[in-house]
Amino acid sequence: MARFGMVIDTRKCVGCMDCVVACQTENDVPQGHCRDWIVTEVRGTYPTLEMEIRSERCNHCDNPPCVYCCPTGASHVEPFGKTVQVTANRCIGCKACLAACPYGARFVHPEGYADKCTFCLHRVKEGKDPACVSVCPTRCMHFGDLDDPKSEVNRLLGSRKWHTLLPEAGTKPRIFYLD
Amino acid sequence: MLEITTTRHNPFVDPQLAVWGWEIPVYLFFGGMIAGMMILAGIAMLRVARGEDPESFFSVQTPLLGFMLMNVGMAALFLDLAHKLYVWAVYLTFEALSPMSWGSWVLLVAYGILMASALVRIGDSWPWLARTFPIVGRLSAAVETPSRLRLLAFANIGFGIGLGIYTGILLSAMVARPLWNSAILGPLFLFSGLSAAAAMVHLAIRIFPGRPAPQGMVGGAFAAMWQPLGPRAPRAGTENALVRADVGFLGVELVLLALLLLGLVTAGASQIAAAQILISGAYAPAFWGAIVFAGIVLPIALQLLELGHRIPHTVVPALLVLAGGFALRWVLVNAGQASQILQSASR
Repeated sequence: MARFGMVIDTRKCVGCMDCVVACQTENDVPQGHCRDWIVTEVRGTYPTLEMEIRSERCNHCDNPPCVYCCPTGASHVEPFGKTVQVTANRCIGCKACLAACPYGARFVHPEGYADKCTFCLHRVKEGKDPACVSVCPTRCMHFGDLDDPKSEVNRLLGSRKWHTLLPEAGTKPRIFYLD
Repeated sequence: MLEITTTRHNPFVDPQLAVWGWEIPVYLFFGGMIAGMMILAGIAMLRVARGEDPESFFSVQTPLLGFMLMNVGMAALFLDLAHKLYVWAVYLTFEALSPMSWGSWVLLVAYGILMASALVRIGDSWPWLARTFPIVGRLSAAVETPSRLRLLAFANIGFGIGLGIYTGILLSAMVARPLWNSAILGPLFLFSGLSAAAAMVHLAIRIFPGRPAPQGMVGGAFAAMWQPLGPRAPRAGTENALVRADVGFLGVELVLLALLLLGLVTAGASQIAAAQILISGAYAPAFWGAIVFAGIVLPIALQLLELGHRIPHTVVPALLVLAGGFALRWVLVNAGQASQILQSASR
């Protein structure tokens, strides 16, 4: 069984927001909300500064606090690809998952249920990449099976240094950023 | 230096988490207070079962009052839900890892226990009900045997402790919020609930002296919740016992608050930053003023003076404790949402 994840090359990402627009179009994300977004991070001390631009979204964590806190099972780990998904008609809108997520990846859909990135599972089931990956003009985003040693994502993780977001939260995120 | 710019702009999440407004603090406050009332009622029921205090006010009236207040708390919880029509989904499953799922089922059982407990002598305290529905009298008689009272008492105490701790664990299970992520919140909310419960029962005794139960429907209903049973006032020692218990609960609460802060300021950077929100940040005036001073220290001082016969018994300490109990939930819910795991400035 696959375990989907994403690798994003921060040296190639230019923050064009094509991934954001593609996601909103593909998934009919309500206006004023976003399932993915761009973060620009500057660190260091002048004049020795370094900047990282990256596309962020739900990390589909291996140890997902949003799933553990859900009282109805609406937030769950989907067997296909072991991704974290939300069943809208089981969600009561208690917002515990929003509070539990250290990445701020979730929002309340105007219809009342919790919403977030699905890794475009409907596209993946058809053999396509998620919308954000497919439109990236610099090809900085890569999607694949982390349990397959021969997958492109594993090849990249083996060949470059990488980091995840807030590893100290213990959530074991599955989006990896190449340094 | 670490400077982060984001294009994310989701309501309730940005610029900081703000998913829970007034509803959740109200729910947590009433939940904690009802938990405390169940424990107090359970202890009093054991005394009734032993024949020590057959008219014990808070064994027979408190469950009905608790039952009514639980409806207020549950209404607040319902108002908070964003997907209200799907609320039934909570009771289609049991999620063992979700504190909220545990809490939902505990609340359901607590409802039943409070209802069964309220049946004890409800016919005496709400005559209209017994007249209109004779079955109530038969049910009351069935419940009011020493062995069943003892069973109810242990159920009240057990589920009261569970409910009180749950209101804290609900928040403390959130790894993403350093201020909440402490197991001390469970006992802290339990003891705060106990002190609020003692204050509420004390308030009821002070406001409504004992007198014959009103015969009407509405008057009888209110009297059943608030006034001591029968024409006699509660036993002389009842009020002092409640005040003494309240001082004890408040003392433990103060120690637990200190331990919460100690745990935070001796932990990592995220926890220290979270503690600063309470100690010197935006919520410091409410924390030190409304919770620590007005909600705990001042009521302890006033109640010790009352017990020492330096000042007469008044409702002031009880009102302060209730306001402080709500302030504790309000401040912790809001300050907790403002706390987050800090990203390291170096990699």
